[in-house]
Amino acid sequence: MFSYCTDPAALSGLTWLSCYLTTGKHMALYWSFGTVLTLLAITAPTALALGFAGASAARSRIRPLSWLGKFYIAIVRGVPDIAFFLFFVIALDQGIEYLRHKVKCPDWSEPIRQGNDFVVCSAAKMPLSTASQWQHDVYGFALAVVTFAIVFGAFAANVLFGAMRAVPHAQIETAEAYGMSPRQAYWRVLVPQMWIYALPGLGNLWMVLIKATPLLFLLGISDIVYWARELGGAKTARFTDYPHPDWRMWYFLALLVFYLGFTKLSEMVLERLTRRLSHGQATAGGEALRKAAT
Amino acid sequence: MKNLILTTAALALSAGFAMADTVRLGTEGAYPPFNFLNDAGEIDGFERELGDELCARAELTCEWVTNDWDSIIPNLVSGNYDVIIAGMSITPERDEVIDFTQNYTQPDPSAYMVLTGNEGLDVTGAVIAAQTNTIQAGFVAEMGAPLVEFATPDETISAVRTGEADAVLADKSYLAPIAEENADLTLLERDELIGGGVGMGLRESDGELREKFDAAIQSMKDDGSLNTLIEKWEVGETF
Repeated sequence: MFSYCTDPAALSGLTWLSCYLTTGKHMALYWSFGTVLTLLAITAPTALALGFAGASAARSRIRPLSWLGKFYIAIVRGVPDIAFFLFFVIALDQGIEYLRHKVKCPDWSEPIRQGNDFVVCSAAKMPLSTASQWQHDVYGFALAVVTFAIVFGAFAANVLFGAMRAVPHAQIETAEAYGMSPRQAYWRVLVPQMWIYALPGLGNLWMVLIKATPLLFLLGISDIVYWARELGGAKTARFTDYPHPDWRMWYFLALLVFYLGFTKLSEMVLERLTRRLSHGQATAGGEALRKAAT
Repeated sequence: MKNLILTTAALALSAGFAMADTVRLGTEGAYPPFNFLNDAGEIDGFERELGDELCARAELTCEWVTNDWDSIIPNLVSGNYDVIIAGMSITPERDEVIDFTQNYTQPDPSAYMVLTGNEGLDVTGAVIAAQTNTIQAGFVAEMGAPLVEFATPDETISAVRTGEADAVLADKSYLAPIAEENADLTLLERDELIGGGVGMGLRESDGELREKFDAAIQSMKDDGSLNTLIEKWEVGETF
């Protein structure tokens, strides 16, 4: 990085550290913070949307739809995350390739399953073998987002399902007494009021999601914990210009600070949200706000 | 008409070239000297040099990918990459699931590393650390000694340092430089001969690619360039 970094062995103290912390490998660590934050920024709304759809389906009056919603919530919540990540992602990937194979290579005669192997024609590969590395990365990242969204969507669905039931029944009755259709009562009365009941549960989910990103490495995406472990491990002089003993503690300490800071920030945002959503609600929080205003 | 045929032939040929797929090489990137990430964050080591040379000889375009050791075989058979080149020893158990090329290192002795001062350790009754899914882990389990498994090689070494395990069993070429540079760690005299050398792992349905790499490895064995690489990176005996 810097011009004086050509011979790290001759350096010491802060200059050595400045060179050490700007190696290509450390840059990859800094990049992975971006990867993790991007993943969270995309996954959280997607999971929330899936959760909302799941909860709406589960409380639907149409029986099959309600079964579907409840099935989704029960199955995904019951399967361990790590099994889901090892099994589902590979199944999803193979499912996509299977469909592409059927469309693109209709006259392929060999079986797709050959013993343990999953073989599709090269035109059906996703992404193509000729694709550059970044395309593979983006594809893997997209698979990760979908998987995270499905897993956390199921938990969010359960939280929202409970929140919808927590809205006082009198509210719905009043809405219907004013002549609203069930649909109108749902969108105009139930949905706006349920968030305050859902917020603690959703907040918990968000905290768990923040810390679930090391599962990414199972999909071949290097996240911050992977790089911290890789960089912190003892390095012998034969294989690096910057030999050092086991420094994983320091790297994980830095991660701890990052995670705690991020948690604190999340809590501040959640607190403000709770305040806003409590306005005019028939809850203790809403009552306190009302008293403070008068 | 003649022109048309020529154009078609040219098209078919160029299409053939365009379909020349990139071969993706999967490795762990955490097992020096076989494979590791250098300071620039690129894959480096014995297998990096070997793989690049083999691809050049087999006239293939190759690309490197890193993957977690635990899921390295499942991701190969599901087609995320085409070759495992990750210091993987050839064993009958693995051979049932995937295919191997001929070995490109000699069966490397595995060694025990202990805290200095503990050289008198009797390994048959001691707690041994090993990396999960390695031949060494299988060997310890069969020997009947208490086994503690870790996901990465690094963790097996810190387990010895913290006293969680009495010794770590791993490839001697991996442990030797560590024992050399750390005064608190020493290798035991006793070696174990496990496995049939290290080879490249491929899908069982990929016979053609396997033959190409097999031939390339053979040509490197014949002209001695493989031995030069083995000596340079100190990964065991030469051929």
